[in-house]
Amino acid sequence: MSRDLSILVVEADPQKARDIIDALMEAGWSDVHALAQTAGLEREIKAREPDIVLIDVANPDRDMLEHLSLASDSKSRAVAMFVDKTDDDLTQAALAAGVSAYVVDGLQMNRIKSVLETAIARFQLLRQMQSELDAAKRALEDRKTLDRAKGILMRQRGVSEDEAYQLLRKTAMDQGRKVIDVAQALVTAADLLA
Amino acid sequence: MTQTVLNCGYVPLVDCAPLIVAKELGFAAEEGLSLNLVAQPSWSATRDMLALGHLDVAHMLSPMPIAMSLGYGGLPGEIDALMVLSVNGTVFGISTQLADGLRAASVGPAFGEVGDMLQNIAGLGTTRLRIGVPFHYSMHRLLLEYWLQGQGDLDGLEIEIVTIPPPRMADAVADGHIDAFWVGEPWGSAAVARGAAELVLPGTAVWGFAPEKVLAARHDWVETRSDDARRLIRALYQAMRWLDAARNKPLAVEILARSEHLNIAPELIDPAISGALTPVQGASPVSVEQFLLFHKHAAHFPWRSQAAWIAARLGAGAEGIARAKQCFRADIYRDVLGPTGADLPGASEKVEGSMRHATAVASTRGHMILGPDAFFDGRTFDFTPKT
Repeated sequence: MSRDLSILVVEADPQKARDIIDALMEAGWSDVHALAQTAGLEREIKAREPDIVLIDVANPDRDMLEHLSLASDSKSRAVAMFVDKTDDDLTQAALAAGVSAYVVDGLQMNRIKSVLETAIARFQLLRQMQSELDAAKRALEDRKTLDRAKGILMRQRGVSEDEAYQLLRKTAMDQGRKVIDVAQALVTAADLLA
Repeated sequence: MTQTVLNCGYVPLVDCAPLIVAKELGFAAEEGLSLNLVAQPSWSATRDMLALGHLDVAHMLSPMPIAMSLGYGGLPGEIDALMVLSVNGTVFGISTQLADGLRAASVGPAFGEVGDMLQNIAGLGTTRLRIGVPFHYSMHRLLLEYWLQGQGDLDGLEIEIVTIPPPRMADAVADGHIDAFWVGEPWGSAAVARGAAELVLPGTAVWGFAPEKVLAARHDWVETRSDDARRLIRALYQAMRWLDAARNKPLAVEILARSEHLNIAPELIDPAISGALTPVQGASPVSVEQFLLFHKHAAHFPWRSQAAWIAARLGAGAEGIARAKQCFRADIYRDVLGPTGADLPGASEKVEGSMRHATAVASTRGHMILGPDAFFDGRTFDFTPKT
């Protein structure tokens, strides 16, 4: 598991913050910072761009944190939270519902490692799924552009669909470009001339 | 009789009053319910606890069930709004420092009449105005953004909207972290009471009839616990009717102030309940028409058109708007309250913003008075499907 993630711990109680940092360090994460004053939360997040923010589930600043994640592409950051008592049902429900990380018993440091590892694995899985989804969306868009370009050629040059595609492919090869780029150029030009 | 316990989340604000009154005055008990009111530290926590099943129902910002059902924000989930728990009740305020600056330039703000206030603020040499709201998916932010869009050229004044937990709004404006705020009571009055801010606009000045909080529950919970959901709706209807009777208001303030569920002084609860706000420290209170409604004008009815307006402002397309309408369960409301003899509006959608004055409309028992629900710019919103 990757240990180069940057983690920001938001915790007002200095003793608790130290315990959490020690546990994280011991588990192999070295890029860990603590923040006691929530007033500086916004500035700190902008400056450090942490991969993970750990914050107590009862901390009223969570709403502010959520706003910040929304403003800065929430999909790129996992949000993990602490509660003070162990509640495995809640952990399971949270993980099942898609929260990157939810419950770490603030007083049982031995559990931090396993919960965070689960959380990070899950977070990376989600990020991967997101990029796969983005790729699928792009493929669909490309498909549409290609179909429009073929349609334009078929109408303008009176060729079959297959011939239209071959023409696009040949042009792309001759010019050392991608088929989709040629198709896009054709669609743009046709829109301009229409 | 054994009572069914319902875990009910709320954020300690004046407008959670229906839940407290339903519990304290026995309206819930009459329906065989025992309300376990669980205070929540933030709106995110409320949302998570409801979605994850730790709460049966919750007092929620009206845009939240819609945002969750449309998959926006932190945690998606199929969440329904069973009824509107309060209409209006929010205020826009600016820092005392800013208000003093405007007065020195002879363009001091008058409560309810802001005119070119933003341009005047820009005229003071201010380049950036930071405005605090309680949550991203809140009516506060939607009203603020809607109002800002209608303010024309701001002479280069840059507006930044930031999220601040309401109990800290007064501190944030006092120490200069924000210049203005849009917040629910008691936090506007609290900022005035400590001399940190002045109120310039009640939420009603932007939208006369804005659904503020709703009773939210998971869609599958509403199905499987249908009977409990119905009993809760009946209990809250009684509580809200009680709350809006003028003769009960002094007692309502007393009950809320004494309640273990709200840690707010009576003088900070009174303005919202009585609708008389003190915009500036030491000034006389100003009465605001329908500042906060629980029952009057069918305030608790979950209009599908209100859901549609919210979804549209959240950027949803036709499909999202149609989905949002399904979240506001006007169907269950009718089904439950019709047989109790409650008067119900004839339709479940209206053209939002069309009533400049209180208007009599057809209802199941003859006529009921609705509105006014006008927007500050006179726009109307018709979300009924075009045929």
